[in-house]
Amino acid sequence: MSGINDFVAKFATVNGSGSASANSIFAKTLFRMGIPVSPKNIFPSNIQGLPTWYEVRVSEAGYLARRDGIDLMVAMNPQTFKEDLAEIVPGGWLFYDSSLPRVWPRDDITVLGVPIAEMCAAKWRDPRQRQLFKNIVYVGALAALLEIDMDVLRQTIADQLKGKEKLVAANMEAIELGRAYAAKHFDCPLPIRVRAAQGAKGKIMVSGNDAAGLGAIYAGATVCAWYPITPSTSLAEAFEKYAKRLRTTKDGKRLYGIVQAEDELAAIGVAIGGGWNGARAFTATSGPGISLMSEFLGLAYFAEVPVVLFNIQRGGPSTGMPTRTQQSDVLSCAYASHGDTKHVLLFPANPTECFSMGAEAFDLAERLQTPVIVMSDLDIGMNDWVTEPFAWDDAKVHDRGKVLSAEQLENFKELKGKDWGRYQDVDGDAIPYRTLPGTHPTKGAFFTRGTSHDENARYTEDGRIHARVLDRILRKFETAASLVPKPQVTTRDKGGKTGLIYFGANTPAVHEALEALEREGVRVNALRLKAFPFTREVLDFCAAHECIFVVEQNRDCQMRSLLMTEADVPGTKLIAANSYDGMPMTAAFVRGAVLKELRPAKAAAE
Amino acid sequence: MSYIAKPSAHHPALPRNAIGFTRRDYEGSMSTLCAGCGHDSITAALIEACFEMDLPAHRIAKVSGIGCSSKAPTYFLSRSHGFNSVHGRMPSVTTGANIANRDLIYIGVSGDGDTASIGLGQYCHAVRRRVNMTYIVMNNGCYGLTKGQFSATNDKESPSKKGEANPFESIDLCQLAIQLGAGFVARSFSGDKNQLIPLIKAAISYKGFAFLDVISPCVTFNNHPSSTKSFDYVRAHNLASENTLDYVEPKEEITVDYAEGTSAAIAMHDGSRLVLHKLDGGHDPRDADAAIMAIRSNDAKGRIATGLLYVNEEQQDMHDILATSERPLNEVPMAELCPGSKALDGINARFR
Repeated sequence: MSGINDFVAKFATVNGSGSASANSIFAKTLFRMGIPVSPKNIFPSNIQGLPTWYEVRVSEAGYLARRDGIDLMVAMNPQTFKEDLAEIVPGGWLFYDSSLPRVWPRDDITVLGVPIAEMCAAKWRDPRQRQLFKNIVYVGALAALLEIDMDVLRQTIADQLKGKEKLVAANMEAIELGRAYAAKHFDCPLPIRVRAAQGAKGKIMVSGNDAAGLGAIYAGATVCAWYPITPSTSLAEAFEKYAKRLRTTKDGKRLYGIVQAEDELAAIGVAIGGGWNGARAFTATSGPGISLMSEFLGLAYFAEVPVVLFNIQRGGPSTGMPTRTQQSDVLSCAYASHGDTKHVLLFPANPTECFSMGAEAFDLAERLQTPVIVMSDLDIGMNDWVTEPFAWDDAKVHDRGKVLSAEQLENFKELKGKDWGRYQDVDGDAIPYRTLPGTHPTKGAFFTRGTSHDENARYTEDGRIHARVLDRILRKFETAASLVPKPQVTTRDKGGKTGLIYFGANTPAVHEALEALEREGVRVNALRLKAFPFTREVLDFCAAHECIFVVEQNRDCQMRSLLMTEADVPGTKLIAANSYDGMPMTAAFVRGAVLKELRPAKAAAE
Repeated sequence: MSYIAKPSAHHPALPRNAIGFTRRDYEGSMSTLCAGCGHDSITAALIEACFEMDLPAHRIAKVSGIGCSSKAPTYFLSRSHGFNSVHGRMPSVTTGANIANRDLIYIGVSGDGDTASIGLGQYCHAVRRRVNMTYIVMNNGCYGLTKGQFSATNDKESPSKKGEANPFESIDLCQLAIQLGAGFVARSFSGDKNQLIPLIKAAISYKGFAFLDVISPCVTFNNHPSSTKSFDYVRAHNLASENTLDYVEPKEEITVDYAEGTSAAIAMHDGSRLVLHKLDGGHDPRDADAAIMAIRSNDAKGRIATGLLYVNEEQQDMHDILATSERPLNEVPMAELCPGSKALDGINARFR
């Protein structure tokens, strides 16, 4: 199936060796040639010396899920030669630094040896240059082998090194070194090669964390508190980068405040304090941080304080696999904190949605006066995705929710027919009116607390009042179900009884798999979840289908459980299709899971 | 009597302050703490200080953690918003609130368990960040709400009500505050109103992190004669004061002549001044090393150094450090915060 603009190249290197920037130059160049690519960085929880990989799937058809089976392995790390060799498909290519020639124990692949270290040693004297340019030399060799557009490559390097023009020339020399060697010694180009295409035209290539940080800027967030944790760190850093550029006044003052907190407890405490005081406030974290923030999430839920939390999920439990991806915080986030709590969750599927949902989360949090958790993950958050450009409607008005001004407090009774009370359901949507500190000299002050309180925010130990308040907050969750983004339903089989529910980073794998299945005559309707609580459309989809695959990345089928508990879907019709090895899901996995159930004979034969 | 709702009527002749409010306007609901609790005296001092300073109550935000002390904000300033957060986390909530609106006055109320145990980390980092707030610890050396366990500020060897000696070293929050760079550090005693009220006023006027450790005996669990946090013990050993202090409001003139060398006037950010009267053997509170020495040397002699222990007249607060706009962030219109679609075109271009 591999061929022109359709293959997977993998770079096996040592982390801290400077390979990351060379690899991203490679991917960006193909993207700029208009070819859809999906680079996946498979990196260790380490700074220097351990194996790291960079997989680039090239797909003119626009299939951007990870794909097993490597067509071209750039094997630059002796530590992993054995496993890297094993991953190459029969008929594939192995590219390596042949300064120390070796015999590769496979006769079904083509070995491409380039004496990179020798060439670099001859060309440069500085040991650091010798090391760093090794990476650029292999990109140069690939340029010949894959027939990469040299003008685009040169421009990409120039852009990457903006402000360091001297380095551009040196890098281009390294490119030329590799290119010339490959052109002379190999039969270029290889059958797998690239050519200019249209699939990526008009798109952008960006990571979800960068997009989400920008979304928070567009949402008008002014308070950000965070604690460093992979893979969420780059989200707060992106917010800071954009805030410096877009939120600094002419006199050098900042229209934002960022706190790198002492831990995740403080990070969410700061965000809740900011939300309570009328600023749009957020934090970003990952699994262990969610555990630490749980108590505060319960406070914000019960005291009804808006706050936005970005959870960039990684492999759990415990410290787990900090640099691998998972969707294993679905339940811990849906029900974070002790007691009866439920939280609004949003599930972006790509960086474009990290931007738009990241912004929307703030509207929902303020409208609903509750925490909203944006459930991204390492794959979306830290990898560069080819995705639709960010869009913003200037006519859009930020929904600041029910916050009373001094004037509205004065006239509340005339306007609403009853006295104001912090937790009174005046409008029948179970969302009360809140006031901010400092608003009015004599009206609107109240005591925010996590202890049980009545509709006027007074402490109570009256169990009937306690239950009444909890019931209203539950009704507020029903209101939430009418406000959160609706799912995306794809009907391939009108009236058909087989469905599939998926969300987040699995989207490309599911789309590819369902198209492949359709070509094989297996038509499956699909619903992509975008939010919890589940909207009417989710309930309807579940009612309309008798056999529903639930595709997710965790061991315990957490979304399946949530559908059973919160949408009353019988477990007998929900078929788990779950992986949890920390790698982004492949279309082959999804297809296999569906076939195993629907065409067991075929699945077994394969 | 705590179950009785406090009547809101008051005598028409009650004195009013410069902005037209009576003391009653600064009160809160009826205290539910034990009769005689030191915390109620601190509450009364807070009410008095805010009344005398003519502060508009709605421009004050009260934030607390969990415990007897943290219940106290209900009992003063009912016209202020309050936030009774989670145990030990008052500092972070106050930090966030302060970033959102720098124009309010923030009074953080905490206890010794809330600050010195579960919240020690947050306390330290709020000090480091120079959050512009008045941080009051109502310090009774024990956990009241859970019935008298030792807290981390209970002095070593000081016994529980049952007579068991505390085997662990105590944490001195004032020394810690000075070491971490707090700009204003004072210790007082709930039973010494004359000392406490000016200190509260000065702490509120101070721009930066102001810390007040107020020894506040727990009448139910830690007021036995052998406890170093009992009324009798503190009265007998209180070195009131290391230095005495007058708080002079911005509107007042300094009318008294102070003898050269024995007093110093310190200007506060809001135009008020502190006039310090140096007693024999007292230290210069602008000297952090001397302040720590005063605490430690008195402690070694079994004495409690109270009063203004340390003040840094030139502290930058968190907003100075963060270079935030002078306008409260929660008042900046969305139109100024959201860069709009045009800026987005440029951003998209960088990702092509």
